[in-house]
This record gives sequence, C-alpha cells and structure tokens, in this order.
Amino acid sequence: MHACGSDNLYDMYLNVIYILWVRQLKRYARSRARIVSSVMQPLLFLVALGFGFGPIYAKAGGGDYIQFLAPGIITMSILFTSMFSGMEVVWDKQFGFLKETLVAPVPRFAIMLGRTLGGATVAVLQGVVVFLITLLIGFHPGGIISILTAFVFMFLIAILFTAFGTAIASRIDDMQAFPLVMNFLIMPLFFLSGALFPLDRLPAALAFVVRLNPLSYGVDAVRSALVGLGHFGLPLDLIVLLGSTAIIMAVGSYLFEKIEA
Amino acid sequence: MAPVYLRRWWSGLSQQTVNLSPPGFEGSNPSRRTNTKPAPQRALWYNSPMPIISVKNLTKKFNGLVAVDDISFEVKKGEIFAFLGPNGAGKTTTIKMLTTLLDPTEGAISLNGSDVIKDPRNTRKSFGIVFQDPSLDTELTAYENMEFHAVLYGMSSSMYTSRIKELLELVELTDRKDDLVKNFSGGMKRRLEIARGLLHHPKVLFLDEPTLGLDPQTRNHIWGYIKNLNEKEGITVFFTTHYMEEADRSAHRVAIIDHGKIIKEGTPESFKKETGTKTLEEAFLALTGGTIRAEEASSLDKGRLHARMWKR
Repeated sequence: MHACGSDNLYDMYLNVIYILWVRQLKRYARSRARIVSSVMQPLLFLVALGFGFGPIYAKAGGGDYIQFLAPGIITMSILFTSMFSGMEVVWDKQFGFLKETLVAPVPRFAIMLGRTLGGATVAVLQGVVVFLITLLIGFHPGGIISILTAFVFMFLIAILFTAFGTAIASRIDDMQAFPLVMNFLIMPLFFLSGALFPLDRLPAALAFVVRLNPLSYGVDAVRSALVGLGHFGLPLDLIVLLGSTAIIMAVGSYLFEKIEA
Repeated sequence: MAPVYLRRWWSGLSQQTVNLSPPGFEGSNPSRRTNTKPAPQRALWYNSPMPIISVKNLTKKFNGLVAVDDISFEVKKGEIFAFLGPNGAGKTTTIKMLTTLLDPTEGAISLNGSDVIKDPRNTRKSFGIVFQDPSLDTELTAYENMEFHAVLYGMSSSMYTSRIKELLELVELTDRKDDLVKNFSGGMKRRLEIARGLLHHPKVLFLDEPTLGLDPQTRNHIWGYIKNLNEKEGITVFFTTHYMEEADRSAHRVAIIDHGKIIKEGTPESFKKETGTKTLEEAFLALTGGTIRAEEASSLDKGRLHARMWKR
C-alpha cells in the first residue's frame, strides 16, 4: 500500500480494488448468521436429494448419486452467494455508503471490479465450506490436482455471477424487489443447468435450454475436475465461462457507470 | 498539516461545555450575533472576492418535471454559505449536481477551478461531503471507515495514519476508533462523517442537513468544529438545513431556493431587514409562504423504514 496521490494512478486503482475486496471479506467474516444460513440450504439439498434419490439413481445404473450431485451443490452455493452479493449494492445504495464511493476520484470501473472480486471471493469461500461438508457426507473427489482445477473454475463461476448480480443491482433501488428478481433468475439457472441430473439423453427442448445456460458449463467443469464426469469437456467449459464473464463485466460496468445516486 | 490549534481549541471547547458556560461556538466567536465588527480572520475570508463555486444557469429536469430551474450563484472562497428552502425545493438536487453525482440538464458549474461536468474526477478531489443520510459502512470500525476513504482518495498510508489520528482526536472518537460503527449513536456517526469528509484536505465541505435529528448539545459541538475549521483553515462550507437559527448564527451568506428557483440571496441580517422580521425563520416564512409542501416518499424514505425493521 504505497500509492501516493496522482503520481501513480495504476497503483492507486490497485489499492482501491484491494480495499474494496478487503471490505467485503471483513463484512463476511463478521456476519456469522450469514455464514451459517448460507450453508443450510446446500446441506438440505445434499441430504434430501442425495440420500432420497440415491437408491433409484443407483438402480438405474448411474452409480453413486452423491458423487454426481456434490459438484452440482457446490456450484449451487456459489451461484446463490454470488448473485445475492448484488444485494450489498442495493443496500449500500439505500444507506448511502455507495455515494461515498461514487463521489471519490476513482473510475467506477475500479469500484465495480473491487466489489466483484470481493463478492466472488466470499462466494468461493462459501463453496469451499460446502465442499468440506460434502466430504463429511461421503463425497470422494479426485486428487489434489483435480481439486485445484475445480477451485479455478469455482472462482470463474463466482466472478461471472457476482458481476451478473451487481449489474442487476445497479438497476434496482428497491430492497424488497431485489430478492424476488434474484429468485426469478436463480431458480431457472440452477434447475436448468445439469446440477441435479445428467445431460445425456435429455428431451431436445430441455437439452437446448441447458446448452444456453452458462451455469451448465460451470457445473460441468467442476464435475469433470472433481470426479471426471464431464459432458461438454473442460476446454469448451472454459471458453464459455470466460466469454460470458467478459460480456457480463462489460454490461455490468456500463450499468454501474450509469447509477445516479 | 497538523492542526495543533484545532485540538487545542477543541479541548478548550469541551472544557467549556463541561463547565456549563454558554454554548461553545457562541463563546468562541462573540462577534457573530451583531455582525457589526467581524473578527479579523472572518473579515479576511469573507471579503475575499474570489468565487470558489460558481453556478451559471443550472437546470435539472426529471421527465419533464423541473426540479432546478435556471439558477445562478457564486460562493466565495472561505465563506460559510447556507442553502435554504422548503422540502422539495431543489436543495438536494442542486448539491448532487455540484458534487458530480447528477448530471445537469443545462448550465455550467465550476468548483475550485475545475469544470464539474467535464472533469468530475478532478472536482472530486477538491471537496468533501457529509450526506443527508449516514454514508458510513456500519459493519466496519470507525478507523476502517477512515482508512477506506483515505485509500479511495489516493492517500499513502504514511500520509493518512497521522491525519486520521488528528481528525479522530478532533471529533473525540479516538477511544472508540476500533468499535463497529453500528454501535455508534447518531451524533457519533455525524462526527465521524465530518472527520472523514475532511480527511483528504478538501477546499470545500458540503454538508446536507448535517445536524438533522441530533440533540442541541451535539448540534452545538458540530457547529463548533465547522466554524473553527472555516476560520482557521479557510475551508469553504456549503450547507443546507431546516434549523433556521443555525443558518442565522453561522452563515455569512444565505440563498433561499423555492420551486427550483433562487428567490433571495444575501446576509441573514439583510433578510431580516428587508422582511421586517426578527429572526431568519420568520424571514424565511415571509419569503416562502406558510403552506406545507407535498413531497412524495422517496425510495430512500422507504429504505429508512426498512432499515429500522431489519437492523443488523
């Protein structure tokens, strides 16, 4: 942290991104309720679906359903946390803290980037917590390399959907409306992604929709990395995730730039 | 930069308050009431002819509704300038345009030599602002809020550590610096915000209803800091308020805005003389009329209610 005024703008922006990132981590670490409650939902899905559908899945010849489901649930927890981190933007907008950042002599893009990286890091941490829980429940991922590969993809998914949540939050002023809009988007993203079911032999219409959903590629990547059950292949997953992240970041920065406090 | 005198002055003020002598800021500035023989420093800043803010033909329309209607005014360097008006008159909209938060429909603004509309980033370095609603991160500590601000304004840690220490001492929050802001009272939050607004050595300090909802003791203290900073550091202060006696006591010059137009500009004394009233409040009512203004609840008001319900 050695930026000094205007003589090194690049350093200054890095510091701004860094402090925004730190802020989000501090807020997360200080809110125990948030940590606990955001683990409950994935846990419920894991136990109810994993053990509930497990026997049928095994009988149909699919093998161990927990092995299949766990990467989907880890991705789900990242999706939820990422998208809802936009809530902090709405919150900051309502209570003025956003204004503090908007009147600062910093480009909005740096603010958007710092927020997105902070929210994404929190989402990945959340994903790691859920990952550890899946291990307790009986999930057996591959070795350390596959786990590290999965983390890289988890971070990409987190950035994509944090940017998405932030972009939407830029346009919403109403705190009650935001969760409704979010659920309206999150549910189809999640259920039509292959997080819960294999993508082979789907009806054509469903297969088409799943292919349009960027989360499908995220789930697929995490699953291929952790247990080797890929559908699209890692290169395609990577290209789709990077591409959609670039598009969403561009749109998000534009919308964030347009916020009038 | 170390305003040792500020600290000395401030400790003097606290003592006065403890001793229950007359309100601190009156004591520190006895000539204000009569305004016939202003103190030397005041005269120096007040008579300085250079405008630090100059607004020309400023207009803001929202979907055809004219919120600010072709206003022009100047604020001189070192002045305490009160911008008054009933609810919905266009005060906050004007402040937002002056502070780069809102683009005007028409008109030009210059602040400390920067073109506010064309060069917002440079403008932002020259002013500090205390918003009408608290704009602190309540999940961070007082010190963290200050540090955050310093980094946003590109200060190096060697620059800001001593400055933060000074300012926290000035507003008497040193012993609470590591407490989360959510545990602060309204007055403490305001003090912290003022300290934060001053952190990057601004030339102009904007205060949008800085004393709203505070008790008289806290209001007196806050005006104490503001007037002292104005006198000793020459900071130009631009503020809005609904407490007319504050404007009466503190402002060098006052402008009244109503229905988006500036209807009167002058010293508090000239207002009273012209309307034949004893206080600025009576003058204000004589100029703007007694009707209560209709103002729709903004999403912010709803937000405030929501915040109270979901206090985290």
